Amino acid sequence: MNTVTLTLKKVPELYLECEQVTPDTFAGKTLDQIAGITGYHGKEMPTMGEYFTITGESGATAAETKIVVNGDCTKIKYLGAKMTAGEMVINSACDMYTGAWMKGGKLTVNGDVHSFCGLAMAGGEFIINGNAGNYLGAAYRGDWRGMSGGVLRVKGNAGSDVATFMTGGEMIIGGDVDIHLGTHMEGGKIILKGDANRRIGGQLVKGEIYVFGTINVMLPGYKPVGEVELEVDGTKAKFVDYIGDLGERHPKRKGETVYGHLYMKK
Amino acid sequence: MSEYIIRNGHVFDPVQGIKGDKKDIAVNDGKIVDKVGSGAKVIDAKDKTVMAGALEVHAHVAGPKVNAGRWYRPEDKHFDSHKKPGMTRIEGGKSIPTVFKTGYEYARLGFTFAMEAAMPPLYARHVHEEIHDTPIIDEAALPVFGNNWFILEYLKNQEIENTAAYIAWVLRQTKGYGVKCVNPGGTEAWAWGLNCLTIHDPVPYFDITPAEIITGLIKANEFLGLPHSMHLHQNDLGNPGNYKTTIDSLKLAENIKATNNFGREQVLHSTHIQFHSYKGTNWGDFESGAKEVMDYVNKQKNLTIDTGNVTLDETTTMTADGPFEHHLHGLNHLKWFNVDVELETAAGIVPFIYDPNNAVFASQWAVGLEIALYAKDPMRCFITTDHPNAGPFTRYPRVYSWLMSKKVRDERLNSFKKADKVISATTLQEIDREITLYELAAMTRAGPAKCLGLSKDYGGLKVGMNADIAIYNINPDKFPSDGPSIEKAFANVAYLFKDGKICVEEGKVVDMGHKQTFWVDAKVKENKQVMHDVREKFLRYYSVNEANYPVPESYAPHQHIISVDASGVR
Amino acid sequence: MPKEVTDVICPFCGTLCDDIVITVSDDNKTILGVKNACAIGAEKFNHQREPGRVTRPRMRQADGTFKEVSYDEAIDWTAKMLVKSRKTLMYGWASTSCQAMSIGHEIAEKTGAIVDNCATVCHGSSLIAIEDVGVPSCTLGEVKNRADRVIFWGCNPAHAHPRHMSRYSIFPRGFFTVKGHKGRKIYCVDCRYTDTAKCADEFIQVQQGFDYELLNAFRTAARGEALPDTVGGVPREKIYEIVEDLKQARFGVIFFGMGLTHSMGRNHNIDIAINLTRDMNDYTKFAIMAMRGHWNVTGSGQVLGWQYGFPYAVDLSRRDQARHQTGETTSVDLLNRSEVEACFYIATDPGAHFPVDAMISSSRKPTVTIDPHINCTTEISDLHIPVALVGVEVGGCAYRMDNVPIETRKVVEPPEGVLTDEELLTKISKRVDELIAGGGT
Repeated sequence: MNTVTLTLKKVPELYLECEQVTPDTFAGKTLDQIAGITGYHGKEMPTMGEYFTITGESGATAAETKIVVNGDCTKIKYLGAKMTAGEMVINSACDMYTGAWMKGGKLTVNGDVHSFCGLAMAGGEFIINGNAGNYLGAAYRGDWRGMSGGVLRVKGNAGSDVATFMTGGEMIIGGDVDIHLGTHMEGGKIILKGDANRRIGGQLVKGEIYVFGTINVMLPGYKPVGEVELEVDGTKAKFVDYIGDLGERHPKRKGETVYGHLYMKK
Repeated sequence: MSEYIIRNGHVFDPVQGIKGDKKDIAVNDGKIVDKVGSGAKVIDAKDKTVMAGALEVHAHVAGPKVNAGRWYRPEDKHFDSHKKPGMTRIEGGKSIPTVFKTGYEYARLGFTFAMEAAMPPLYARHVHEEIHDTPIIDEAALPVFGNNWFILEYLKNQEIENTAAYIAWVLRQTKGYGVKCVNPGGTEAWAWGLNCLTIHDPVPYFDITPAEIITGLIKANEFLGLPHSMHLHQNDLGNPGNYKTTIDSLKLAENIKATNNFGREQVLHSTHIQFHSYKGTNWGDFESGAKEVMDYVNKQKNLTIDTGNVTLDETTTMTADGPFEHHLHGLNHLKWFNVDVELETAAGIVPFIYDPNNAVFASQWAVGLEIALYAKDPMRCFITTDHPNAGPFTRYPRVYSWLMSKKVRDERLNSFKKADKVISATTLQEIDREITLYELAAMTRAGPAKCLGLSKDYGGLKVGMNADIAIYNINPDKFPSDGPSIEKAFANVAYLFKDGKICVEEGKVVDMGHKQTFWVDAKVKENKQVMHDVREKFLRYYSVNEANYPVPESYAPHQHIISVDASGVR
Repeated sequence: MPKEVTDVICPFCGTLCDDIVITVSDDNKTILGVKNACAIGAEKFNHQREPGRVTRPRMRQADGTFKEVSYDEAIDWTAKMLVKSRKTLMYGWASTSCQAMSIGHEIAEKTGAIVDNCATVCHGSSLIAIEDVGVPSCTLGEVKNRADRVIFWGCNPAHAHPRHMSRYSIFPRGFFTVKGHKGRKIYCVDCRYTDTAKCADEFIQVQQGFDYELLNAFRTAARGEALPDTVGGVPREKIYEIVEDLKQARFGVIFFGMGLTHSMGRNHNIDIAINLTRDMNDYTKFAIMAMRGHWNVTGSGQVLGWQYGFPYAVDLSRRDQARHQTGETTSVDLLNRSEVEACFYIATDPGAHFPVDAMISSSRKPTVTIDPHINCTTEISDLHIPVALVGVEVGGCAYRMDNVPIETRKVVEPPEGVLTDEELLTKISKRVDELIAGGGT
């Protein structure tokens, strides 16, 4: 695997939108070609070369290309968005849409991310070694297809509206979340190591949410049905099994209603 | 105005019976003319196909439900909003394009006219605002009448003259073109959460049946002598077994004669008939009823139909058939939008994915093609996708490729995951017919023009007709054999002339043309009863004042008014 | 001789009452009387003749004071600001006509701006909810003619939409509702006992911030599932009782307002209320409607919808693509994050409604405000361009809260020389074209 290293030369005055910074676009390109790739800065279309010092070499394919981004990326959007293979490491906090619509490969952010990161993620591995903002792994506005595959792991806390309309994949949050986790979920698995504020699993059709900490207010649509012993993300523990959201529709399989499950660690 | 001479193209024009002969077409001052001077600009159409501009007979392109479908589906254009170089605006939306994209795309496909298929009268101003903003193509809109309280009350007592007078009044208020009837009675029932699934189900409170509504509206339409036939979306759309209700509805037109001055020979247009041609009792034993329906249509000469071809895309369904959308939402659970409109109608919207892996959707695709391929008279069967219900109109080129090439269609049929099931539920595989360019010109030009009462100016290339001309990069002698090539050729005209001006050149929009809004001004005898009823209903039941109901002139700055005079009719 | 103009459309709220009668002076210059309007609506008309109205553009000077300038100077300054700025916020639009919006959008597309309207601090959360789950709704006349259960949830039309209750929702007698108020059961759900609650047959006091939980409980009860003893302060028995009563409705309707859109969870409160409405349609007929506040804010959403496919917060900054993301391309977020370089406000007053931090950010950027009156925003702008009052001094299309468009009426002449929004925007657009053709970007 070859590595291209981008080092930010100047912090953008507005926000720099870099949808093209992915292994997919960089693969097979020379450094000059990469430097010529454009982004958006308001209505300006600057090249990557204007903002980054670019070194290293790209691989022939996305899978053989690794991108390392250094410097303060807090005003850069769309890093790693839509990547399908290869690897990206961002040694900074970054802004919105990081890893959004990601389909494959591995994306690591060594810092915090803003909102809409991992939006509608469909595959690959996305690791955030910091905190995440709102709408992590959620669906784009109006879409009923949120995160559908892959693994999204946050070391710290995440904001509100996390994993809205999730249909598949796995999300692990090391810290706490704000309101509305897994709203309208219809599949997939969320593991929350810390505490949740309120409205967990609202309007949930299908899927599993595991909570190690506490929930401020449990929704009335959830009902405890027993206790289970489970191993969750490497931890063995006893959980209370709630089914829900009983206010929402649920599919039937072989005559049996399939509920969503909310497991609360005892 | 510039003069043009389009040289050496293969001309297809059912109006004159020209079947691909090499012919020159002369254009002057917006019209097709005999000859032009030596200074005329020459368009080389050698090895190209020349047809009149196409006419869309039924699409949902402007108005409240179309727009709700647009804005409540941001996901429909998040990855599909762009601007092409040149004079065009940003265009966006896959299943429901923005007004700009709607105009440009129709033009790129070779269309010069589109009929908005369902205008709620109370929202007519909205419809016209959108028509106003849609570039290039001429447009008109059909107000809906099939669940209107005035109509239900008049027809309950078989008061055809009052019905006609009220229709004439609405056409003038709304700048409407004709009479649309959607799920007659069923949509009024829907205001109470109910429906009418056969033509004999009584409408709650109003004590009338869909059959009486359909018959009455056809008669009122002929009383007025409107350019277009009564335009019907039958009851029980989209359900297995509905072909019987369809044929029952069509039979209501028997023995009614067309009375008009526009050369229209039919009295009933049955729209998106694919959705109404199903046999079976449920989706498990579902079968195509296309043969039965088309056998009837072929022999009953006072009918026209359009197909409603399923294109196997993710799209957005929308119809004034409110109860149907509720039903559909119950099946796919995707976001449901509904609006009930006081005294008049309703509308519903649900996104829909016609997944080719699903045997039902693949069968619907086959039924739509069967309808067109069983049609004996291409002048009475028009190709539509009931845009955006069965698929977006931007897929017409693909639909043409399935109709014009057995090879292309069989490849699609045989590659379905549940091909066996589709083959056994339909007769598509047994059909060898391939629609010719000449037949296509009838199904998309001459036929719709005649059915809409526009055959004087539209749908052909005869001297004196509008210089609305589409030139395709298709050499009929070397007609492409693969789907993508056929699609490509129909998707971007080499040239589109609108009123004698080149608006599209090699797929690129170069002129916004002179867009017109068509509406019909029907004159009737002074009718005190109807005017009294109008006044009373506005005072007591409407939420807007009568004076604020009409569409102001400024909404249709370039209007083309078609006048009819029924004041002498007894 | 003073004359009466009838069927006039009120230019205040989203109810768009169209039965106003205005008495106009002989010279068509002054409004002498207003009939049928509510107190707020009448005041809107009366503004027209208030002394001290600004009739020429005012430009901020180095010392902070305003100096009168010509329209031409103002237009040139505005066009240059738009052409230079790499990303501009063009916010407002709710008090102007759809025709004017259309011209504004063209300017935005040419210069790379974000077009946002008042929904962004109002019913934007409702729009997000509708984007997510749709909405079963109806026109206001349907409510008048059919509704026998009416729920006001987190809204107070008695104050915000004063004639709503008499025209559409509580008192009128309609075709199937001949008994008027007597034939309707009115519920009010709120955390406060409002004046609307006083008109209701039943007031349900929900603990603040527990609307989502209560709606979740309604849905759960509707499916016959068990509930905790109380939810959001409402006893379980009451919840079951109400849900059963709603199922008995012939035609039910929920009206909701800022109590749902701006309490915790925002769009989710609307989302679940819509889903309750949807559930009720399995038993009977039910509709739900947002109490859209600012006059033609609905129209702005419609025009943006048919031109770009999004209802508000439409980012055209790339000039070759339209994008929309609440939380990113919304005005307050753009200002708080300083994502824009210039501000263009028209037909609304963000200075009075936006959070302070957002307006501090705004005040540091070149700013033009187009408004008939002096308001909070004009006072922190570099340029204030006065215009004619839409719906009073010039007509144009406006959309009611149920999306019904009505062409509004001109009743009097604007002050001499004052341009309309359409005229002004057309001139700005033309000047922008000239600047771009001359090598601007």
